[in-house]
Amino acid sequence: MASLRDIRRRIRSVQNTRKITKAMELVAAAKMRRAQQRVAAARPYADEITSVMAELMRRNLEYTHPYLEMREVRRRALILVTSDRGLAGALNANNIRVAVREMNSAGVPVAVVTIGRKGRDMMRRLRKDLIAEVSQLGDAPTMGDVLPAIRVAIEQYESGDADQLDMVYARFISAGRQEAVVGRLLPVEPPEGAEKVAADFLYEPEPKDVLDALLPRYIEAQVYRAVLENLASEQAARMVAMRNASDNAEELIGDLTLTANKVRQATITTELMEIVGGAAALEG
Amino acid sequence: MAKLQVEMVTAEGRVLSQEADFVKAPGLDGELGVLPRHIPLMTPLRTGEVLVRNDGNEEYLFVAGGFLEVLPDKVVILADAAERAEDIDEQRAEEARRRAQQILEQKGEVESPEAAAALERAMFRLRVAELRKRRRQPPPPQPGG
Repeated sequence: MASLRDIRRRIRSVQNTRKITKAMELVAAAKMRRAQQRVAAARPYADEITSVMAELMRRNLEYTHPYLEMREVRRRALILVTSDRGLAGALNANNIRVAVREMNSAGVPVAVVTIGRKGRDMMRRLRKDLIAEVSQLGDAPTMGDVLPAIRVAIEQYESGDADQLDMVYARFISAGRQEAVVGRLLPVEPPEGAEKVAADFLYEPEPKDVLDALLPRYIEAQVYRAVLENLASEQAARMVAMRNASDNAEELIGDLTLTANKVRQATITTELMEIVGGAAALEG
Repeated sequence: MAKLQVEMVTAEGRVLSQEADFVKAPGLDGELGVLPRHIPLMTPLRTGEVLVRNDGNEEYLFVAGGFLEVLPDKVVILADAAERAEDIDEQRAEEARRRAQQILEQKGEVESPEAAAALERAMFRLRVAELRKRRRQPPPPQPGG
């Protein structure tokens, strides 16, 4: 049996770990709330651009845009969103697993653009065709932070180096539930929406200019939203992971304390026996 | 009189949501003035200033490119970046202007379109901030539709 001193040392060590995981849990909870607010703040733009898109797609424009045309898929590109930091449960592992499955089942070469350090490191390790990456985005990424990576992915499609563009990120369902999902970006799937006005729209200068301006922004808005949502998911996953770690530490402390007390009792008993035994020997 | 509902949003959040009698925005083909019951219209935006007039109150905003949708009772501005006049950091804009000018002097406009675009943004930020300070003075001449 381990000595009392060793057990006490372990208890102190686990107590310190518990303090850290508890603090991380609280920080993650606060950050998750702020991340959720950012997702909510980005919603008006996403909603408006989606409704404009739906409106535009309903009117059969004479001009079709390359972003809307299905072509034979010979090569693909994928945007993988992950977090920069670990200790977030299975979040990154899930995103990466879904992305790798998507790549392996594609049957065609897939180039990958990563947003977030974890995904980048893993794609490098797996020797995937990594063409662009952004990381160290912090807690409040702006559109400007993620735009370069998105542009690279879109350019792949424009130049014909990719015929399809998807993204993988962790959808935020609730604080206790996040799900790694694949979303199609290009060719654009026209969104559904209610009709706003019966009359025809005037396009200034030309329908082509309007589509040229709108389509990239529509894609960018979707990716930006995914990044924000992934951030909320990351904090939620970390909060739950750290709560579990704190609970486990608590349990371990309980067990160790029990063992320590038993050892202490046993020591005292042994000592008493020795004293009693010694006294008896003297009397005898 | 009928009013327009003005919604100005960027990817990061809502910038403005209010009623208005008149909105002016920098369309790709030139300044665009919108009154209530305008014909439905869609156009890309350039970098420039947006004017929102409501009951004689005028507000200038900075917008750096984006997209405009006009409906009979609503104007939606999807801006790449936008700021209300009071939120503009003039010092930062001034620094950005100086930096962009330096680059342009060295390389020229053809060589560095980014610097030219940065200069344009800085100039309009400063202009919008300036317009706010002079708001008491008579409004600028009316633009055509």
